[in-house]
Amino acid sequence: MAEKKSKLQILTNGIIKENPTLVLILGTCPSLAVTSLAKNGIGMGLATTLVLIGSNVVISLLKNIIPDKVKIPCYITVIAGFVTVIKALVEAYAIDLYNALGIFLPLIVVNCIVLGRAEMFASKNSVFDSFLDAVGMGLGFTFALFCMGSIREILGAGTWMGLPVTINFMEPISIFSLAPGGFFVFGCLIAIINKLTNGKAVKKKSFACAACPAASVCQKANKEEE
Amino acid sequence: MGNLAVIFVGAVLVNNFVLAKFLGICPFLGVSKKLDQAFGMSVAVIFVMVMATSVTHPIYTYLLEPNRLGYLQTVVFILVIAALVQLVEIVLKKYIPSLHAALGVYLPLITTNCAVLGVTIQNIDSKFGFVESLVNSIGAGIGFMLAMVLFAGVRQKMENCDVPECFKGIPITLVAASIVAVSFMGFSGMV
Repeated sequence: MAEKKSKLQILTNGIIKENPTLVLILGTCPSLAVTSLAKNGIGMGLATTLVLIGSNVVISLLKNIIPDKVKIPCYITVIAGFVTVIKALVEAYAIDLYNALGIFLPLIVVNCIVLGRAEMFASKNSVFDSFLDAVGMGLGFTFALFCMGSIREILGAGTWMGLPVTINFMEPISIFSLAPGGFFVFGCLIAIINKLTNGKAVKKKSFACAACPAASVCQKANKEEE
Repeated sequence: MGNLAVIFVGAVLVNNFVLAKFLGICPFLGVSKKLDQAFGMSVAVIFVMVMATSVTHPIYTYLLEPNRLGYLQTVVFILVIAALVQLVEIVLKKYIPSLHAALGVYLPLITTNCAVLGVTIQNIDSKFGFVESLVNSIGAGIGFMLAMVLFAGVRQKMENCDVPECFKGIPITLVAASIVAVSFMGFSGMV
């Protein structure tokens, strides 16, 4: 890391400049799957934020102890531990959300945002910075899911956060709640961000490979044929 | 037998892992530029899915559940899958180098692929027996391959298209995926 960032920059980095979903295109699976309703998007976002905070802080504390060779398995173990805790908490206190998120709650383990931040940030920075980074990234993820969820819920079900919105003047377009709508809204959102930033934000990385822990291998697979 | 066929068709077409359940989107978008890569990746995914299921299902049924350790599912499964992938890679490298050369680059990618962890958890959640789980895993893998290969074809055609500037790259890929997903909606209600 060339320049030292201020605390505020670390916090806002994840929310705007490097928004994990809309700019880095990480964690696509949950972003598409749980956003048929805005409130599920918020729930998923907050659950991921809590896991991210826990794992970033613990990995930052352990960064000098974990040997380089086995760091990815160590990170996965820490993350899986936090996911188990969050899963139990959601099941106990928000059973509706637990049923709505279903399989995607345990799958936070393999969400590349969490592993990516552990590898890229927490393993190199102080505990407090890692905490701020986790909060920023988590809120950025939550915000992106909330946006997608809102669009899909208003268009697909005619409601927003459970309240009727378009009931008087428009029939709900139910395909937006289904799988194709998810891909479509996500694609359009990224295109809008591209347009607003004149293509600076997303274009530089094709598929956010830099942040993915498997990047070196994946790029090898892609290059081989070229 | 009929039951198994329903599970299989359901996993391949109706509940297609990529296009209906949004699992394994990263490789679907990242490794689908060329047909042969998409095929290689899919074969590796099927292989690991079947291996992972045949290991995690007995572990859950005979080790975790009787001891009331079901809550450890996530931790145990991800570690077992990670270890298994490493093991498979070492064994292939030593004994079947030709297969390793074909699948080797894709294997480490699969450890953190949500489709593999997803299918093992889904097998437990649906209370499938061992054989049903294996059939479901094979079906999910073949469904993944179907989506990957179809989509690689779409993307190869798309390379020559004139796309608006802001849609270039990921956005147009997602919109194309949306249209492919519409075609798979036609299978809904079949099982």
